[in-house]
Amino acid sequence: MKQLAEQIARTDEVPILLTEEAQKFTQEVIGRSGERVDWCYQCGKCTAGCPVTFAMDIEPSRVMRLVQLGQEERVLRSKAIWLCVGCQTCTTRCPQEIDIAKVMDTLREMATEKGYAADREVVTFFKSFLDNIRKYGRTFEPMLVFQYNLKSGHLFQDADKAPLLLSKGKLPMRPSKGSMSVQRIFDALEGNKR
Amino acid sequence: MARIGVFICHCGENIARTVDVAKVRDAIAKHPGVVHAIDYRYMCSAPGQELIREAIKEKGLTGVVVAACSPHMHEKTFRNACTVAGLNPYLCEMANIREHCSWVHSDREKATEKAIELVRFLVEKVKRNRPLTPVKVPITKRALVIGGGIAGIQAALDIADGGYEVILVERQPSIGGHMAQLSETFPTLDCSQCILTPKMVEVRQHPNIRLLTYSEVEDVKGYVGNFEVTIRKKARYVNEEVCTGCGACIQRCPQKRIPAEFERGLGRRTAIYIPFPQAVPNIPVIDREHCAYFRRGGCRLCEKECPRNAIDFNQQDQLITEKVGAIILATGYDLIPSDLYSEYGGGRYKDVIDGLQFERLLSASGPTNGEILRPSDNKEVKSVVFISCVGSRDRSKGIPYCSKICCMYVAKHAILFKHKVHDGQAFVFYMDVRAAGKGYEEFVRRAIEEEGAVYLRGRVSKIYQQDGKLIVRGVDTLSGMPVEIPADLVVLATAIKASDGVTELAQKLGVPVDEHGFLAEAHPKLRPVETQVAGVFLAGTCQAPRDIPDTVAQASGAASKVLAMFSQEAIEREPTIAKVNEQTCVGCFECQRVCPYRAIERKEIRDRQGNLVKVVAYVNPGMCAGCGACTVACRNHSVDLEGFAEEQMFAEISAIVAA
Repeated sequence: MKQLAEQIARTDEVPILLTEEAQKFTQEVIGRSGERVDWCYQCGKCTAGCPVTFAMDIEPSRVMRLVQLGQEERVLRSKAIWLCVGCQTCTTRCPQEIDIAKVMDTLREMATEKGYAADREVVTFFKSFLDNIRKYGRTFEPMLVFQYNLKSGHLFQDADKAPLLLSKGKLPMRPSKGSMSVQRIFDALEGNKR
Repeated sequence: MARIGVFICHCGENIARTVDVAKVRDAIAKHPGVVHAIDYRYMCSAPGQELIREAIKEKGLTGVVVAACSPHMHEKTFRNACTVAGLNPYLCEMANIREHCSWVHSDREKATEKAIELVRFLVEKVKRNRPLTPVKVPITKRALVIGGGIAGIQAALDIADGGYEVILVERQPSIGGHMAQLSETFPTLDCSQCILTPKMVEVRQHPNIRLLTYSEVEDVKGYVGNFEVTIRKKARYVNEEVCTGCGACIQRCPQKRIPAEFERGLGRRTAIYIPFPQAVPNIPVIDREHCAYFRRGGCRLCEKECPRNAIDFNQQDQLITEKVGAIILATGYDLIPSDLYSEYGGGRYKDVIDGLQFERLLSASGPTNGEILRPSDNKEVKSVVFISCVGSRDRSKGIPYCSKICCMYVAKHAILFKHKVHDGQAFVFYMDVRAAGKGYEEFVRRAIEEEGAVYLRGRVSKIYQQDGKLIVRGVDTLSGMPVEIPADLVVLATAIKASDGVTELAQKLGVPVDEHGFLAEAHPKLRPVETQVAGVFLAGTCQAPRDIPDTVAQASGAASKVLAMFSQEAIEREPTIAKVNEQTCVGCFECQRVCPYRAIERKEIRDRQGNLVKVVAYVNPGMCAGCGACTVACRNHSVDLEGFAEEQMFAEISAIVAA
């Protein structure tokens, strides 16, 4: 019954209007990622191999399809592009040699720029993670946890796991050295962008 | 005294699993007349055949029964083995203890009993077999090819090049068929005209080809090697002998608004016309239906204009009778009318056209000189939607089959559209893309990957007009979303069907048609270019939808069958045919009435002074198929079937009843 209800809801959906306008988004994704998303022929191998498909609202192959059809809002609003962990299983296996993980990266960038991803926890984590790398040269876990928990508002998230991590030496007390070289990479990249 | 040898095959496990072969052997060895009975694992193998040959020589056998599979499989094998050993092949018979016994039974004991009976009644039959020799039928070494499309052209050229005469009959005013209408051909994008017209010219110039255009086959009589065909050469009202094809008459004709068939209604023609510039022959024809003279009298401007006095309003249809030895059917296809689909406009929207119409829009010699303009208002097309499987794979329209070529020509259309309209966008609705052929899949991918066609998986539900656009409403099942496309032009890939009138032609020839109206081949795998009627062959889309490479290959295949036949002095036919006892025949001709093969003729018997004694039935050995209908109809048992004589049949039945 639930399936049937979903199906009925789906047929009520507003049709995709395919005009030249719709193709602009497709071309933007292709241009920015450098990947021929239009080559995707919907074999579904990426979806079949993706370890996080189970949690996605739109599976990877369908993300590719929606990009082909210029469905900017549907794609950039999706949870799927944030759930992608970048494991590159899809990229490795794609018969059309599309770097799907890279496309996902591009989509995340675009979603951030266009304000679709303003307050997502995943974005918060990504930002905290990058700040952490920029500052310490490699992940300094205690600070990462601290920063993320603070920004996301989940102050005590995963606090119960700290003793175990400590006992295994996974929570170092001091950050590693060599932070300046990584800092320079960041500067160079951001300089490029400007 | 009969000396029969019985050879029982195990067929590996196929027979031996269910039938106790040794028991069959021992039982039949005791049967009167059987002097030799053995079993072997594979009788059809070389050592198996050797067993038969040895036994014939050593035991002086007068008849052989091989108990094995169906005679359809190996009768030829075993009869040949007998011939080699010096025994007439028609003294060898097969008892089918596989298909008729081991494969259909599970009870071993009963199956064995049945096998014994099957062998026993064949032994009784063979005892009464007579040596027979195949019937030799003379051949008229000249072929008729019906249909002047690429299939007919190729077949005619191959036979003509082989050194035999060909009569090529085409019902349209020019040869060329549908291929002449195409712009370019997949997957190489050769210009269709450029590769076809040299062949058309060759047909015209070939000394061995007699070309009859604007002609139709009216009647076919006779049989393999000896057909007699009547061809109606329709009046052109133009004297072909003197016309030079200058075209002055066409310039002058006042009737200029007639929808041109060659342009599929998108262009106009005059009442006296040549269908297309490269037509062969380049001789106009007057369309009676639209000609002002034939409609109301008067006009005759073409007649006055013609510098050679070639116009002849009094010309009549001619009936031509020719003898030929073989016939190739190459009658081609038509597209189903697009008005079958009311949801796609049902023929009401001028900008919803079919694939062949789009070919004409693409063609440089077409009605728009190769520009992609909307038929309704001649506006340039920027957005075009192609819909596959319109009719095809649609049970509700009575066409469950795949038309095979549409996936490829739709991809071609999308590519050519992009070549013509660089800023245009092509959309393709499809259910599956079937691109099995050399370079085909790559071609479809090229349409998508290089030429930017957007492929949408799903059928279109409806098309309607809004603000000067055609709104195409369909679905993309890959994204799970309904889609709407405002289009300037919609092209329907309508289903392929056999040409109109093919069924009637098939009836004249006795060639069966399949459930969809295509001509039926003799065997779908092993005899694809032959028909059930000896001497009649198939080429091209009259048999099933197929593309140009397949059509040309099949046409050459059919031609090689004809050439193989013509290279023989005479045709050998099975001697198991009806034979009339002229002494007892009273000439009632009941047999003639029931014969489905028109094989019974009247024969006059005269005495030495030449006085007519009586008229009896005579069986033409070239035409008789040995069906036996006449033997049943004959009131005084004057007709019998060689190899299946009444005496033999009774012996078989008695053998079963006695057991």
